[in-house]
Amino acid sequence: MPWIVENLWLIPFLPFLAAGITALFTREKRIPAAFLVIGAMAFSFLLSLCAGAHVLRAGHGGMIREAFNFTWFAYGDSAVRLGFVLDPLSAMMLFVVSFVSLLIFIFSVGYMDHDENFTRFFCFLSLFAGSMLALVIANSLLLLFMAWELVGLSSYLLIGFWFHKPSAAAAMKKAFITTRIGDIGFFIGLLWFYTETGTSLFYDGGQGSLESAKLGLIAAMGGITALSISLLIFCGAMGKSGQFPLHVWLPDAMEGPTPVSALIHAATMVAAGVFLVGRMYPLFEVDPAALRTVAYVGAFTALFAATIAMAQWDIKRILAYSTVSQLGYMMLGLGVGGYVAGLFHLFTHAFFKALLFLGSGSIIHACHHEQDIRKMGGLKDRMPVTFVTYCVGALALAGVLPFAGFFSKDEILLDAQHFAAKLGGAASVPFCFGLVGAFLTAFYMTRQVKYVFFGKARSHATEHARESSWWMLGPLAALGFMSVFAGFLGFPNEVLGFIGLNKFHHFLAPDLHAHAPSGWIMLGSTAVVLIAIFCGWKIYQGAALEAGAGDPMEARWPEVFRWLNNKYYVDEFYAKTFVWFTHALARAIHFFDRYILNLIFIWGSAGAVYVLSLINQLIDETAINRGFDGGCSTLRRGARWNRWVQNGLSQHYLRITSASIVLLFILALLLGR
Amino acid sequence: MPTLADYLTLAAILFCIGLAGALTRRNAIIVLVGIEMMLNAANINLVAFWHFLPPATGTGQIFALFAIAIAGAEAAVGLALVIAVYRHFRSVSVEDIAGLKG
Repeated sequence: MPWIVENLWLIPFLPFLAAGITALFTREKRIPAAFLVIGAMAFSFLLSLCAGAHVLRAGHGGMIREAFNFTWFAYGDSAVRLGFVLDPLSAMMLFVVSFVSLLIFIFSVGYMDHDENFTRFFCFLSLFAGSMLALVIANSLLLLFMAWELVGLSSYLLIGFWFHKPSAAAAMKKAFITTRIGDIGFFIGLLWFYTETGTSLFYDGGQGSLESAKLGLIAAMGGITALSISLLIFCGAMGKSGQFPLHVWLPDAMEGPTPVSALIHAATMVAAGVFLVGRMYPLFEVDPAALRTVAYVGAFTALFAATIAMAQWDIKRILAYSTVSQLGYMMLGLGVGGYVAGLFHLFTHAFFKALLFLGSGSIIHACHHEQDIRKMGGLKDRMPVTFVTYCVGALALAGVLPFAGFFSKDEILLDAQHFAAKLGGAASVPFCFGLVGAFLTAFYMTRQVKYVFFGKARSHATEHARESSWWMLGPLAALGFMSVFAGFLGFPNEVLGFIGLNKFHHFLAPDLHAHAPSGWIMLGSTAVVLIAIFCGWKIYQGAALEAGAGDPMEARWPEVFRWLNNKYYVDEFYAKTFVWFTHALARAIHFFDRYILNLIFIWGSAGAVYVLSLINQLIDETAINRGFDGGCSTLRRGARWNRWVQNGLSQHYLRITSASIVLLFILALLLGR
Repeated sequence: MPTLADYLTLAAILFCIGLAGALTRRNAIIVLVGIEMMLNAANINLVAFWHFLPPATGTGQIFALFAIAIAGAEAAVGLALVIAVYRHFRSVSVEDIAGLKG
């Protein structure tokens, strides 16, 4: 077994170790903490590159998948086995996660330089990245679940990093509880899956639960077993990846520091759900209905979140809803059968979404933590580097040729179109939603860029904004580079033949047939995106960018705008239903506990005990006391004799001993004969 | 030639003298001396039995040697105790040392 496969555990272990050591540091040790965490991450990145190189080198003949399994502990006849797997999927994820995390760590040095809890921040960041790295290499249900929960825990800690703000404390709880709802389904699904396959390992030389032998078993079982397990597991993915109706936590997670938002949205947390579907893809393929559900949920989320993003004012919230929408795209891609397309979008999205978030972090940092885009404006001259990189990110997100987002989005639309053509009828919904979503995405990104960078400065803080330090601009530049060029890895094979095959497809799934690219879809989506940008450009200029002016869309359709601005009142709906119900239940239980239980049981039993104690006292004073006194006086009499024997004089003891020996001797003489 | 009975008688007399000393004297050191005498009476018995009764392996002698060694150790500890007691109570009379609490 190659060295890198056996030592794959080092990749998550190094950040974990760094987090553990940093946790012991005092607050003043800022430089060692940052150095340690970034250093550990850099090593993990190098190891991830090694792993990727190994997969590339060994994978020429076809798909490579090497697993390193070991027994954690055994009880009786059964054993709990864990393992790591190195395959194209995990190698791709390792690269993305460690690369983006490394850049975000470097960015954080600049962004968090005034925060007094700098070391704690780096400790949590390292824990977060380490958990995600462990998640992607897990080859066992149990290990996956542990890493999954660790990701949830560290996101909880980081979203609530500024826990003294009540909104941050609420957001951290919301994120934790909402993802927990999905995780319950996930956990049940895992247990069911384990029961049916009898193994916790995914790949185990033919015996793993995701290999054809075991999947055949599940498929042969018929009924809804495969569908139920897939959907239960998808529940977990919905929670983590913010799919409707569990998307509500993701925008609130903006309460954390901006690097955390970037980490959550690009590399670690939300990617986990998409990755989970990618990892379990063989299981989802058993029953086509499972994948169809994924596709519809994804399509709906993509459109739903994109509409909300049109009417938000907070720079980070717009990006958050765009993430929800893009995650919907990924799910859509996976669901319509585009395994590579969905994961390719995950790959490119990680770069440009990290870029956008870090860019917004740079802006927020420069504007003294102002997040409302109505109060920004005119930043393109004051922050030129941020402006250029932000535009690159926005164009990539909008999907303009030749930026990264274009290729991945196009591939998803292509697969969705084939899906529609194959099944007909309602199956064209994902494609249509995807196309409309592409329009909206381009539109709201144009709106945001216009508001933030063009026009005049609309607040005092913005007028004095300065370009950020190179700690922050360096990562922006690196991510900008990737946002421009990462897409070429997935260049379709037949256009411009000299570039050759679709490298990404060939890397991730060499055995899978790729659809031939369709020029119509490319042209169509490009046209849609350009029209959207043109509309956005025309609407948001001139008077619309003056200080105090309302949104032109709001003036045109105030009702619609209010609905979108309030996120379709989903939060309010939850507050009125689930939260209200929970509160009512809690109040009912409180009432029951306080008045019924307290009254009946506590006071009732107290009274009963009181009566009993009265009877007891009677018995005590008459029967027991007298008996006790008698016993005592007997004891006293015995003790008086004992006191004479035990008087403490050693010669007295000796005397008794010798007398007894003589007595025994005489007895032996008399009786012995 | 003395017989086994002679030796046993000697040992019994010695034992009785030792016992009497240990029982009657107040001075802790004399009590210790009495205990030593009783031990030596036992030693005489051991050696006498070894000498007169088969099988004549070295058991009795070695046993006596061990008893002497232990008696030496016991005397050392005993005297140390006596000194400690004297330091504490300013007396070596066994009648004064009746309490367990110091």
